[in-house]
Amino acid sequence: MTTPTNASGASASSSARYLLRGASLLGRERVDLLVEDGRIAQVGSIAGAPGATVVDAEGLVALPGLVDVHTHLREPGREDAETVETGSRAAALGGYTAVHAMANSSPVADTAGVVEQVHSLGRRAGWVDVRPVGAVTVGLAGEQLAEIGAMASSAAQVRMFSDDGMCVHDPVLMRRALEYVKAFDGVVAQHAQEPRLTAGAQMNEGVVSAVLGLPGWPAVAEESIIARDVLLAQHVGSRLHVCHVSTAGSVEIIRWAKSRGISVTAEVTPHHLWLTDELVRSYDPVYKVNPPLRTQEDVEALREALADGTIDVVGTDHAPHPSEHKECEWAQAAMGMTGLETALSVVQHTMVESGLMDWARVAEAMSVVPSKIGRVADQGRPLAEGEAANITLVDPSARWTVDPSRQATKGRNSPFVGRELPGRVVATFFRGHPTVLDGALNAPHPQAAPVVAQ
Amino acid sequence: MKHLLSTRDLTPGDAIGILDTAEEMAAVNDREVRKLPALRGRTVVNLFFEDSTRTRISFEAAAKRLSADVINFAAKGSSVSKGESLKDTAQTLEAIGADAVVIRHSAAGAPHRLAVTDWIQAAVVNAGDGTHEHPTQALLDAFTLRRHLARVAGTPSAGADLAGAHVVIVGDILHSRVARSNVWLLTTLGARVTLVAPPTLLPIGVEHWPCAVSYDLDAALDQAPDAVMMLRVQAERMNASYFPSTAEYSRLWGLGDERFDRFDTPAFKDTVILHPGPMVRGLEISSTAADSDRSQVLRQVANGVSVRMAVLYLLMSAKESAR
Ligand SMILES: [Zn+2]
Repeated sequence: MTTPTNASGASASSSARYLLRGASLLGRERVDLLVEDGRIAQVGSIAGAPGATVVDAEGLVALPGLVDVHTHLREPGREDAETVETGSRAAALGGYTAVHAMANSSPVADTAGVVEQVHSLGRRAGWVDVRPVGAVTVGLAGEQLAEIGAMASSAAQVRMFSDDGMCVHDPVLMRRALEYVKAFDGVVAQHAQEPRLTAGAQMNEGVVSAVLGLPGWPAVAEESIIARDVLLAQHVGSRLHVCHVSTAGSVEIIRWAKSRGISVTAEVTPHHLWLTDELVRSYDPVYKVNPPLRTQEDVEALREALADGTIDVVGTDHAPHPSEHKECEWAQAAMGMTGLETALSVVQHTMVESGLMDWARVAEAMSVVPSKIGRVADQGRPLAEGEAANITLVDPSARWTVDPSRQATKGRNSPFVGRELPGRVVATFFRGHPTVLDGALNAPHPQAAPVVAQ
Repeated sequence: MKHLLSTRDLTPGDAIGILDTAEEMAAVNDREVRKLPALRGRTVVNLFFEDSTRTRISFEAAAKRLSADVINFAAKGSSVSKGESLKDTAQTLEAIGADAVVIRHSAAGAPHRLAVTDWIQAAVVNAGDGTHEHPTQALLDAFTLRRHLARVAGTPSAGADLAGAHVVIVGDILHSRVARSNVWLLTTLGARVTLVAPPTLLPIGVEHWPCAVSYDLDAALDQAPDAVMMLRVQAERMNASYFPSTAEYSRLWGLGDERFDRFDTPAFKDTVILHPGPMVRGLEISSTAADSDRSQVLRQVANGVSVRMAVLYLLMSAKESAR
C-alpha cells in the first residue's frame, strides 16, 4: 500500500513528504493530500509530488487526527497497567494524535512537577500529543484545591482539570474550582457520582442488579451531580465538562442546560454507546466499569444525544488494568475498560452504520470539539492547506475481530473481546509523520515537537 | 445439570427431579445405617470464604452419607486470607482432584466464575453467594413445603409440584439470597409468592419479579397463605436508615405474638412457618411462634441434608457419565 518513490522513503523524518492519494475527505469528496514539513501543503487533485512517499488512500476516509479527552495512561505509579509509551502507541493505532492523560496516577498529577513529568514522557514517546490533566483537589481527596495555576503555567500548559475516578462532591469546592479555572481559560471535567448514593456500588441499579444481588449504582447519583454542576457553572459563568455521561436522564439535564446557554460540554464513552448491564449477568469483570453499563434505553438516548450534539464528544475513558485485577470475583475486580484501539470502530458501528452520524460529525465528536475543550493547539483542525498534518486514514470497509492479546495497550480488559468490528485505522499522521502505516505501528515522531496550549 | 448456581436455571422438571431424589435420600436418612456407597472415591471440597457452620456441616453430612471424601477449606486462616486469589485457590483444588466444589462466598457471582472459567473442571455448587442466591436453601424450603402440603392433602409428595400453594416471604428481601432463590424456585414449581418488606428493603426492579409485593404484613396474612417464611433481619440495618428502630420493625414486619394469634383461626389451620435460620428472636419472630408446632425450622435443617445429598449425587453422577 505504501510505495516509497525515493531512497529517503518512509524514513522517520518529519521533513519527509507524503502524498496521500485518493482519500475521501471526511467521507465526502475524493482528494489527494500532500504532507510536507509537518503541515498539509496541498489539498486537491495533485498530479505529482517529486520525492514524496505515496500512500494509497483509495477508499479510505481522511479524518483530522483523533483527540481523546479522557485517557488513563497510569504512569507514574502503575506502570504494570500501562505506561505513557504503551498507552500512546495504543492511541496512535486507534487513530489518535492527542490524548488527555487523567490525573489519577501515583503520585496524583496535582502539582506542576507531576504534570511536567507526564508531559515530557509523552514528548519522549513521540506517538501523540500527551496533554496532562491536572487534579482539581490535592490527592483527589476532594478537600483542598490543587495548585491549578502552577499546573496551567507549567511546561505542560494544563487546561483541563479533573479529579476523575472521584467526584468533586463538595458543592462549595466545586464552585470554587469552576470559578478559579477561569483565570487560566481552564475547564473542570467532572466525574459525576454522588458518593453517598453509590457507596459500595457494583453495577447499574435496576432490573438486572435486583436479580444478581449486586449493590446498585443508581442513575440519580450521576444526574443529581450534573444538575447541580450545570447550575453552578451558570451561576459563576464557567466552563464545565461532564465526563462519561451514562444515563438518559443526564442527557435531558444537559439538553436543558444547553438550551439555557450554560457553557457545558459532555462526553460519552464508546462502551456506553453499545453495551448494557445485561452483560453483567455473566459476572465477568471485563464488564465492570464506572459509571456502570446501563440499559438499552440509556444506550439509545446516548446515541441520539451524540447525534444531535447534546453530547459533544466521544471520550474513551481508556482504563487498562493488570489481568489479576480482572480475573477475580466481581466485587473485588477493578473498574475500567480499555478503549483507545477500538473507539473509532465502535463509533462507526454504533453511530455511522446506524445512520445517526456521517464522518464529518465523527470528526467533530472525536477531534474538533475534543481539541477545543482541551485547548490543544494544532489539533482538530480542518484538513486544509497550511494546517498541521494530523490526519487519520480509516478503511471503513474493513472488518476485524478484537483480540486483546494483540493490542498495544498493556491492558487485556477489552469488553469487545471476540466481537467483530467495522473499520480499521490504516494510517495516522502526527505532525506530518506517519506513526501508523498499513495498519501497523511505524515509528514515533523523530522530533520532540513542543506541545503547547492555544 | 453440571453445576447448581441459581434456581433460575432450573426447569420444573429439574426441580421436581431434585426433590424426588431428595425423597429417596431422606429414606436413607431414616435407616439405621445412613450411608450409601454412591460417591465412594470421589472428593467434595467445601470451600467456605464466609463462616457458616450450619451450611457447611449440612453439606459435609450429605457428602459423607454418600461415601465421598470431604475436604473442608475455610478461607479464614488459610493462604486465601493472605491475598491468594480465587483463581489460584480454584487451580489448587483442581490439582488436588476435587470432583465437586461447594462454595460459599461473600461476593455475588463467585460460584458462577468458578463454573464458567477454565480454572477448575469440578462441579460447582453455590452454597450462598453474597446477596445473590442460595439455591440449596430454596430447594430444602420447597422440599419441606411439598411434604407439608402432601401430608395435609393425604397424597404422596414424590412427583408433585407446588401448584396452588401461596407463600409469603417477609423481611430483608434486598439483602437476601434466600429470598431470591425462593422466588425463582417456588414460582417455577407453580406456587404463588408474596414478598412483604419495608420499601427500603426491597430491591429496585422487584416489580419485574414473578411475584406480588406488599408493604403490609397484615394484609398479606389476610390471604391465609400456606406458608409464611420469615427472613433474618440484621439490627445493624437500622444504622443505615433502612428502618428507624428494631421496635418499629418488629411491630410492622415481625411475626410477634399478636400476629401469631391469627394462626389460631380456622383459615390458618394448615399454615406453617419457615425460617432459614439463624433466627433473631424478638425481632423478626417471637419465641412463641418460633417454638410452636407451626414452625418447620428443625424439619428444614433435617431436610437440608437430604436435599444436598440429592444435589451432590445428581451433579457428580452426571459428571461421571460425561467423562
Ligand atoms: Zn471517571
